[in-house]
Amino acid sequence: MIRQCAILFGCLALGELLVWLTEVKLPSSIIGMLLLTLFLKLGWVKLHWVQGLSDFLVANLGFFFVPPGVALMLYFDVIRAEFWPIAIATVVSTLLVLVTSGWVYQLVRRAVGRPGQKR
Amino acid sequence: MEFLGNEFFLIAVTFGVFFLAKWLQRRTGLMLLNPILLTIAVLIVFLKSAGISYETYNEGGHLIEFWLRPAVVALGVPLYLQLETIRKQILPIVMSQLAGCVVGVVSVVLVAKALGASQEIVCSLAPKSVTTPIAMEVARAVGGIPSLTAAVVVCVGLLGGILGFKAMRLTHIASPMAQGLSMGAAAHAVGTSAAAELSRKYGAFASLGLTLNGILTALLTPTLLEWLGLL
Repeated sequence: MIRQCAILFGCLALGELLVWLTEVKLPSSIIGMLLLTLFLKLGWVKLHWVQGLSDFLVANLGFFFVPPGVALMLYFDVIRAEFWPIAIATVVSTLLVLVTSGWVYQLVRRAVGRPGQKR
Repeated sequence: MEFLGNEFFLIAVTFGVFFLAKWLQRRTGLMLLNPILLTIAVLIVFLKSAGISYETYNEGGHLIEFWLRPAVVALGVPLYLQLETIRKQILPIVMSQLAGCVVGVVSVVLVAKALGASQEIVCSLAPKSVTTPIAMEVARAVGGIPSLTAAVVVCVGLLGGILGFKAMRLTHIASPMAQGLSMGAAAHAVGTSAAAELSRKYGAFASLGLTLNGILTALLTPTLLEWLGLL
């Protein structure tokens, strides 16, 4: 467990370091995720070194959103003032993103279609 | 009743309510009883009626939120396990994310503007599809209210997590890669956790969508808003 924490937080800290050094406008957690993938690919980190903790964290990802969600109570006034524009725009746009990225993936996949290869 | 503001008490309540909410959803099978949504609602009602401020709650809450970032790092594991599949399909994946990013920013801006939202709100909504830290950074950069963005981002995630698979069934989005990518692109980490509940493979494809759309949105939003005449 300690090794697992050391690796995950190590990747996060490296992400923080890269953000600090390059001032890139990306969150350290995303960079840490890509670093972890890279280290696994290079074999520097073995899968079983991180699998237990990462399975637990991924499976419970939603729970960690509860406190930022509770922060909604701070914005009731702002949201009430412009409720319909916010709600309608958000719902419409979220559904459009879901459908667009799914369709574009399926269309391009079919169009590329890798000739000479079995499906 | 000063004890109600105790940080460990509030952490225990958060865990307890979430556990009960999960149990309730398993028992009823109702999609709308999303445990995250239900827990947030119960906690807000509890805090408001007990007269506890969000600042007080967050003394415990930030210890839970703290794990969000290591959890995003942990998404590197499912991503690694699917690298080979991803490499083979890189073109459709990138195209789909590019389309998702542009549609996500442009559509929310146009609809909100058409319905009369103020400039500040429109800019806060623009990065709503992507994970909180990226969305907040983008909102700050384009003149929105970062903390309002964070709240909207959670709502978007819940919406995608609850309705996503149903919407895709209706629109004939069937392949696991397409479904995973869409969930990650439209509903960031909440969508990803909904996808990861199906299988590790879905989780991996969703974390790919979350990452790519996050990066693209961070890079493209300022330019898109400029084209739309907002900056």
